Amino acid sequence: MFDYDFMQNAFAAATIVAILAGSVGYFLVLRGQAFAGHALSHVGFTGATGAVLIGVAPLWGLVGMTLAAGLIMGFLGERLAARDVGIGLVLSLSLGFGLLFLHFFTAYATQATALLFGNVLAVDLETVWTLLVLGTLCLLALAVISRPLLFVSLQPELAEAKGLSLRFYSMAFLAIVALATAECAQIVGVLLVFTLMVCPAAAAQQVTTSVLKGIALSAAFALFDAWIGLTLAFYTDWPTSFWISALSAAIYLLAVIYRRVSRFR
Amino acid sequence: MSAFSFQNVRLVLGQRVILDDVSLDIRSSEFVGVLGPNGAGKTSLMRAVLGLIQPRTGSIQVLGQPVSRGNPAVGYMPQVRAALGSLRLSGWDFVAGVVSGHRLGLPILTKAGRSDVDRALDLVGARDLARRPLADLSGGERQRLLLAQSLVGRPRLLLLDEPLISLDPRHQQTVVELAKALQVELGITVLFSAHELNPLLGSLDRVLYLGAGQAALGTVDEVITGPVLSRLYGSEMEVIRLNDRIFVMSGSAEVPNCHHAGA
Repeated sequence: MFDYDFMQNAFAAATIVAILAGSVGYFLVLRGQAFAGHALSHVGFTGATGAVLIGVAPLWGLVGMTLAAGLIMGFLGERLAARDVGIGLVLSLSLGFGLLFLHFFTAYATQATALLFGNVLAVDLETVWTLLVLGTLCLLALAVISRPLLFVSLQPELAEAKGLSLRFYSMAFLAIVALATAECAQIVGVLLVFTLMVCPAAAAQQVTTSVLKGIALSAAFALFDAWIGLTLAFYTDWPTSFWISALSAAIYLLAVIYRRVSRFR
Repeated sequence: MSAFSFQNVRLVLGQRVILDDVSLDIRSSEFVGVLGPNGAGKTSLMRAVLGLIQPRTGSIQVLGQPVSRGNPAVGYMPQVRAALGSLRLSGWDFVAGVVSGHRLGLPILTKAGRSDVDRALDLVGARDLARRPLADLSGGERQRLLLAQSLVGRPRLLLLDEPLISLDPRHQQTVVELAKALQVELGITVLFSAHELNPLLGSLDRVLYLGAGQAALGTVDEVITGPVLSRLYGSEMEVIRLNDRIFVMSGSAEVPNCHHAGA
C-alpha cells in the first residue's frame, strides 16, 4: 500500500489533519460550538468555488473565506454565533452561492464532488507541505492560547473578572477553527468535516473527564479514523470519506457504551 | 482596615441608575449579606468591585488600592449557569481551569497550582466530589465546586453572587454555614448576595440593602426596619419578627416572594 506515491501523500495529509482536527475539536465540543464549526466549512465551499471563478486556487479561497467568517462570528459574540437559526441560514445561503458559482464555471463542476466529499487520494505533495505548515501554525497558536481559552470557555464571567477579553479569545479560537476546517475539507470534504472535528472529540469526552487526556484521546481517535479509513478504502475501493465517517461514528457509539457500562462497575 | 469602600459612587447601566451618590465602607473580616429586589444592583455592585463596571462619578477603593480589573486578592463566585450541567469535565479540572488561567500557555498545572486546587477543594469538602464529571453532579454539588473555585489563589475578599439560587432550604443552610465557616477560618471578608434574609440571619455581621439607587449598610436591627426599607422600596413596608425569623411585608404580600428554581 505504501509503495504508491498517492497513498504516502494521503497518509501524510491525513495524519497532519487528524491531529489538528482532534485537538481543535476538543475545545469546539467543550464550548458547544460544534454546529458553528460545521457551518464554517460550508462557507468555505463558497470561497473555493468563488476563488475558481476569479482565477485563484480554490484552497486559498476556502481558507480565506472560512477565516473571514470565523473572525466575524467570533466578533459578533456568543449570542449570535450560537443561534442555530442564524448559523443555518448562513450555511444554506453559502451552499446556494457556491452552486451559483459552479453554474458560471461549469468546467469546475467535476471538482465539486471532491470539494463536497473530499478526495484525499488526489492530494499532491505540494498540498501536503501546505497542510503541514498551516497545521503546525494552527497547533502552535492553539497551544499558546489553550490555558486562557479553557478558562474563558469554562467560566466566562470569572475570566472577564480576571481581566481576559472574551471577544479576543472568541475570535482567535474561531480563526483557528476556520483554518482547521479548511484543512479537514481537503481530506473528507466540506460536508463531512464533522467526522474529524467533532466525533472524535465527543467520543473522547465520553471516555475521560480530564482535559489533557481528552485532547490526546481526541487526536488519537481522529488518527485512528483517518488511518484505518484510508487502509480500508485502499483494499475495498470504496470512498475514503465513507470509511472515515463510518469509523468515527462507530467509535463514538463504542465510547458511549463504554461510559454506560463502566457506570455499573 | 477596609475591605472595599465607595465614595460618592454613581453607577449607571444603560439608562438605569443603579447607585446614586452612594458611599459605604466594608470592613475586613466581615460577613455582609447583600439584599434587595431584582434589579436593585446586587450583581452590578459586585461587578463594580471587580473593576468590570466603571462608576460615572466617585471612586472605589478595594483592599486599600484603587479598584482594578483582575485583582488576584478578590475572589468571585458568579451566578450559576445552566450550561455547566452538560459539561463532561471532572470537577477537579473545572476548578483547576482558573489557576493562572489568565496566562498564556498549556493548561498544565505546577505542583503549587495543584496543591492550591486541592486546598480549595478541601476547604469546601469537595475533594471526592471533584473526581466526578460536572454533568453527573446535583445543583448543590456544583455550587460547592463553584465555591471552591472562588477560593483558588487565596483571596482576601470573596464576592458570592446569589449562591442560593435553585437550592432547597436544607442545601441553602449548608451553603450559608460553609461560607460563614470559611469567613471565620480564613479571616477574609465575604459578601453574600441573596433574595431572602432568613437563611443568612445567623451568620451576618452586617446587611447591605440596595434599592431605588440607594444603599443602607448596618446591622440587621439598624437596617431591617420599616422606615429604612420603605425608603429603599419606595412604598410602605412593614417588618415583622417571629420566632427568630424576620418577615418583610408590603401590604399583605411578603417581600421578597418565595423564590423557587427558575426565579
